[in-house]
Amino acid sequence: MIKVENVSFTYPSGVNALKNVSIEISNGEFVAIMGENGAGKTTLVKQFNGLLKPGEGDVYVDGRNTRDLSVAELSKDVGLVFQNADHQLFCETVEDEIAFGLRNFGFSNRVNKKRVKWALTLLNLQEYRKTSPFMLSGGERKRVALASVLAWKPRVTILDEPTVGQDQSQKERLLQFVRQLNTQGNTVILVTHDLEFVAECDPRVVLMSHGRIVADGPAKKILTNPKLIKKTSLILPQITQLFFRLADLGFPKDVISIYEAKELINDFVARRS
Amino acid sequence: MKAFEGLRFKRTSSFIHQLDPRVKFVLSCVVFILAIMFTELLPLTILLSVQLPLVYLAHVHKEWLSSLRSSLILATMIFLTNVIVGYMSSEFQLTSSVLTYSSSMTLRFVTLVASFSIFFLTTSPDDLGLALEQSHFPYEFAFAFTTAVRFVPVLANEAQMIIDAQKSRGLELEKGNFLKRIRNYLPILIPLIVNAIRRSLELAEAMESRAFGAKEHRTNLFALKIKMNDVLVLIVTLAILAFSIYIRLYVKIPIVEIPTF
Repeated sequence: MIKVENVSFTYPSGVNALKNVSIEISNGEFVAIMGENGAGKTTLVKQFNGLLKPGEGDVYVDGRNTRDLSVAELSKDVGLVFQNADHQLFCETVEDEIAFGLRNFGFSNRVNKKRVKWALTLLNLQEYRKTSPFMLSGGERKRVALASVLAWKPRVTILDEPTVGQDQSQKERLLQFVRQLNTQGNTVILVTHDLEFVAECDPRVVLMSHGRIVADGPAKKILTNPKLIKKTSLILPQITQLFFRLADLGFPKDVISIYEAKELINDFVARRS
Repeated sequence: MKAFEGLRFKRTSSFIHQLDPRVKFVLSCVVFILAIMFTELLPLTILLSVQLPLVYLAHVHKEWLSSLRSSLILATMIFLTNVIVGYMSSEFQLTSSVLTYSSSMTLRFVTLVASFSIFFLTTSPDDLGLALEQSHFPYEFAFAFTTAVRFVPVLANEAQMIIDAQKSRGLELEKGNFLKRIRNYLPILIPLIVNAIRRSLELAEAMESRAFGAKEHRTNLFALKIKMNDVLVLIVTLAILAFSIYIRLYVKIPIVEIPTF
């Protein structure tokens, strides 16, 4: 469990990125942290694995204060996958890249081999086992970066902007993968601008703006609130926009999922005919 | 990365900032020549203290001090090397002239750092490029130079992101013996270099698509103009140079010796 208590944080440059933020994330939860550029999303998740320590307030991971632990100790439980895969790939083969974290955390060779194989299969990378990560496409590099973190099976996985630069079919695969990860009992935290992607996932949404949490609740409630969405420089999901216009026909406004939309329209058509 | 702070341009407005970069360069060069000309403690001390009002005028004392602080290690090394060599060549005696000579060599180095720090702190990379260009330097070189200076903060920022990413994968930079620690930096250096190369290729393409090098002679949006203040500073600088040459040739400089214990 991650518990953030009245945390404020100011960068050395003087930017006040978090202002008295409090939030609790339980084990096995699926959370999307959203907000405009510079809202403090990345600064907040960097507190979770100790890359940044709070200026004021405290962050607890499973009851342990992050001030007392190193990034390495925390990362074993809280895996953070950065937005730009090019900021972390450096090995000669994909296999080595995935094993890097495992070796840092001191897993035995036998476990290493097993985990590398597991992670390669998980992200559909088996054929690139011996390929240099630098030869892969952008989407594949991103998958390698993800595999290299998932390999040590952190209980919490944080994905920073996972959908940026991914084509639609990659996004689809990512969506399935993230859901699967969550149903297996992992805590998954997404940091993203991609409203449509979040609408499909239907997680708990934490909305941030100017270093504060402005809303926290189920996606269905938050993503269909035009005032909140506008405040954070986002736009309503397309499905929701459609149902806002259909409201005069008696449709509800809080619809974000395509399946729910289909059901509602089916009902409507059946009643009419 | 901190070591570069003292050389990074600080965007404020002051008398020194507004001087023509070429005049400032001449000023720095004159300080350089003077520092080489004199080996005695007294003139070098004067040379260093003459720069203090300039720092004050430019409002860059904080950055200037930090660049002096980062030159401290090198200064100490220069001092020690001179003392050791002097000690050995004067039949293993720590004479007062050895100490004096070592001190003035160190002071000479600090003076040079101080003057070039003022130059870089008060001259924007753009002005510098313009100055190079208008001094008939080939544009390609001027451009390469300004680009290099401008990308230092970008690189520093990127290095921090890479460090964060690798730490999140369990990398501990401070772990292990000396050799291990050097190897710990590989996961940071490789992505940094690969990204820098990638960026330079992208930059080249972007420049070419904006017609870089299409014409032999390019025109500039801004042109540097010598103003009254620039002429004044230049005259004073050259007068000091002439005066110092006169002193060097015809006046005996009083020797200040550092006593031995």
